Amino acid sequence: MILGLYNYWIVVVLMMIGLYIIIAHGNLIKKIVGLNIFQTSVFIFYISIGNVEGGTAPIWGEGITLYSNPLPHVLILTAIVVGIATTALGLALAVRLKEAYGSIEEDDIQAMDDQKTDNKHC
Amino acid sequence: MLAHLPILQVIVPLLAAPTCLILRKPSLVWLFTLLASASAFVISILLLQQVMAEGTLIYELGGWSAPWGIEYRIDKLNAFLALIISGVSTVVLLAAHTSLEKEIPQDRQTLFYILYLLSLTGMLGIVTTGDAFNVFVFLEISSLSAYALIALGKDRRALWASFQYLIMGTIGATFILIGIGLMYQMTGTLNMADLASRLPEVPQSRTLFTAYAFFIVGVCLKLALFPLHLWLPNAYAYAPSIVTAFFAATSTKVAIYLLIRFTFSVFGVEFSFSVLPLETLFLALGLLGIFVASTTAIYQNNVKHVFAYSSVAQIGYMIVGFSMATSAGLTATLLHLFNHALMKSALFLALGAVVYRIGSAELNDFRGLGRQMPLTMTAIVIGGLSLIGIPLTVGFVSKWVLVVAAIENGWWPVAALILLGSLLAVVYVWRIVETAYFKTPEPGRKPVKEAPITFLAPVWILVSANIYFGIDTRLSVEVAQAAAESLFGVSP
Repeated sequence: MILGLYNYWIVVVLMMIGLYIIIAHGNLIKKIVGLNIFQTSVFIFYISIGNVEGGTAPIWGEGITLYSNPLPHVLILTAIVVGIATTALGLALAVRLKEAYGSIEEDDIQAMDDQKTDNKHC
Repeated sequence: MLAHLPILQVIVPLLAAPTCLILRKPSLVWLFTLLASASAFVISILLLQQVMAEGTLIYELGGWSAPWGIEYRIDKLNAFLALIISGVSTVVLLAAHTSLEKEIPQDRQTLFYILYLLSLTGMLGIVTTGDAFNVFVFLEISSLSAYALIALGKDRRALWASFQYLIMGTIGATFILIGIGLMYQMTGTLNMADLASRLPEVPQSRTLFTAYAFFIVGVCLKLALFPLHLWLPNAYAYAPSIVTAFFAATSTKVAIYLLIRFTFSVFGVEFSFSVLPLETLFLALGLLGIFVASTTAIYQNNVKHVFAYSSVAQIGYMIVGFSMATSAGLTATLLHLFNHALMKSALFLALGAVVYRIGSAELNDFRGLGRQMPLTMTAIVIGGLSLIGIPLTVGFVSKWVLVVAAIENGWWPVAALILLGSLLAVVYVWRIVETAYFKTPEPGRKPVKEAPITFLAPVWILVSANIYFGIDTRLSVEVAQAAAESLFGVSP
């Protein structure tokens, strides 16, 4: 019973891995990779809920009576596109950050910002 | 034509965005953007009139009937929100051309307007659509363009703020997506009205609870509920002034709309407030937000930061109203939503005028501005008074309604705390007033001229709106009340 729902377990595990990477890693590229893993887990989740046991792909043909629900699959195509746009934008920002700060480490960037504000106080 | 208004509300800015690419010349693009935003504003006025007179409007996209097709469902609540968004967007845009001269290089200005229109499209889309997945798509349209808009700020810290917002915002949006997925799994529908009728019939299982929890956390990230507000202050402080004025008035409001829509019309107030301890949770977080954010605002040295933290505090007031789960409390939330949009757009736009003249929003550089930019500073003072909640300004109206709602609910201590929170606003507004009027500018600083008329006009339109709706509350209170009551009437 528990193993039968293994796809949902994969979703949960991937989701946690993704979130952990976003929170624990200071490298901006790694953060984006984490974000991607996190989003991918949701894609798998949507694909899982559309699946019908024993059903075929939802393509019309002779003798096909049982097929998977195509709607969640279509929905997730949209979400994948959104995910790609987010990744592209995130990477573009990382490039600009590298140009502006000379680093893509969260700690370095934060330190440089703090320094700048401290100087102003003096 | 009139029958197609609900879709035109979204399509007009959406199609205007790529058209900007053809026009190319920044001043032309600006005029065109202004025109598109103004037509969205006119459409929202017409829609609100129609909804107030005839009740909910239903528009089926492409003629496919719901729940198979996507429908746009305009009721009092979303007509009200669309009016706020398109109205603020239009007035703020009036100043855009002047403000961008100093803040964004010529060759990027066209792109700025495109992003601005897309962001407007996204927000209007979220409030008009009646389909849960459509909400997610529009949410991402508005968020992605928002990240890019914030990154256009001059300071390099804008990039960092934008990146942080991107991470937090995407986590929030993905949580919302998970919530919507679970709702679909339980009911097999994505249409909000259909969801509302089917959700009570499905077993009250843990899945449903998880769906609601994911959705709420995602939305709270987007609306910058304390303590999920960390992305907001820097994003507002380093974004171009026009962007800040627009977003401060609209983007968090859209998230509050989603919170209200899904809590009251989709899940129903009985479900929402019984599965999660929303009453205590939101009351506590709202009050904490008011006090922590207001106190932080007092210690900021950048005026944009002051008002950004104050925004987090004001969201606290809206959440306190929400947590009452009464029609009066919700009216207060909606009213404050409207009023706060007026105050913050006026304040941030006036700050934009200051930045235009002195190139900085540091409190120290405000010394002597009271005499040098009298009209702009008066606008900031009136905006500040409104923030505090002085009678004859909109801030007073919504605080009054909120306090009355709290007392009606028997929450005396809460009413007292709300008033105490206003005192903190007095402190941070006073710091700005003191610096601008009673301190002399650094010796040797070049004299500062008053902001140009292109800035003063929109700022004063917003300031007069602050005063007008503070005196003549018929429109705002009536609509907010009608919207709140309809939510309680409809909810199962």
